[in-house]
Amino acid sequence: MAIEVRIPTILRPYTKDQKSVEAAGATLSALITDLDTQYGGLGERLLENGALRRFINIYINDEDVRFLGGLEAPLKDGDSVTILPAVAGGSK
Amino acid sequence: MALTISRAIVDAILEQSRVEYPDECCGVILGPVGSDSPIRHKPMVNAAHSPTFYEFDPKDLLALYREVDDNDEEIVVIYHSHTETEAFPSRTDIAYAGEPGSHYVLVSTREEIAPATEFRSYRIIDGVVTEEEVSITE
Repeated sequence: MAIEVRIPTILRPYTKDQKSVEAAGATLSALITDLDTQYGGLGERLLENGALRRFINIYINDEDVRFLGGLEAPLKDGDSVTILPAVAGGSK
Repeated sequence: MALTISRAIVDAILEQSRVEYPDECCGVILGPVGSDSPIRHKPMVNAAHSPTFYEFDPKDLLALYREVDDNDEEIVVIYHSHTETEAFPSRTDIAYAGEPGSHYVLVSTREEIAPATEFRSYRIIDGVVTEEEVSITE
């Protein structure tokens, strides 16, 4: 089961500078586990205490995974996953 | 390192920061891949609508990256305003900074400060903030 995962610049040091990699998993959680197996350390940049990091946005086929069940969001062959760093900040 | 930027875009950002006050304003300036030239100014909506926080809406964020990819552009500058504090990256700004290749520009709308002195640019890489010179072209 091949799912294309688009990797943002800041995480490309983990993927040998590849912009896009392939991974497998029936859920987002399983996909992240597979990504971390292939590219050691990547999982920790996406998860914190078992939850998605606040600073990272993940989309499945253009939809924010927060609206698809988060880590339990289902995946199927041919889906496309995009990881982007949140653009946020502020004076507080 | 330095940021070279046109007077027209600087003025537009300062104007946006005043219009959206008391909320923080935010946006990007795009340029051709590899050029480091901020040419296309794109104000963004602060989805947080807050005087102390800004955030691109996740949908807007994805659309922005798609657009940048489709146009062979890169995000040269990511900017936002601080409303009551100096134009220097806060701990929150540093924690969120996720584009090592972009210039992070901050402006301030705090009172009694001449706006021209409060347009500042930084690189934020791995939690390290480095201020850089801003060169404004007329």
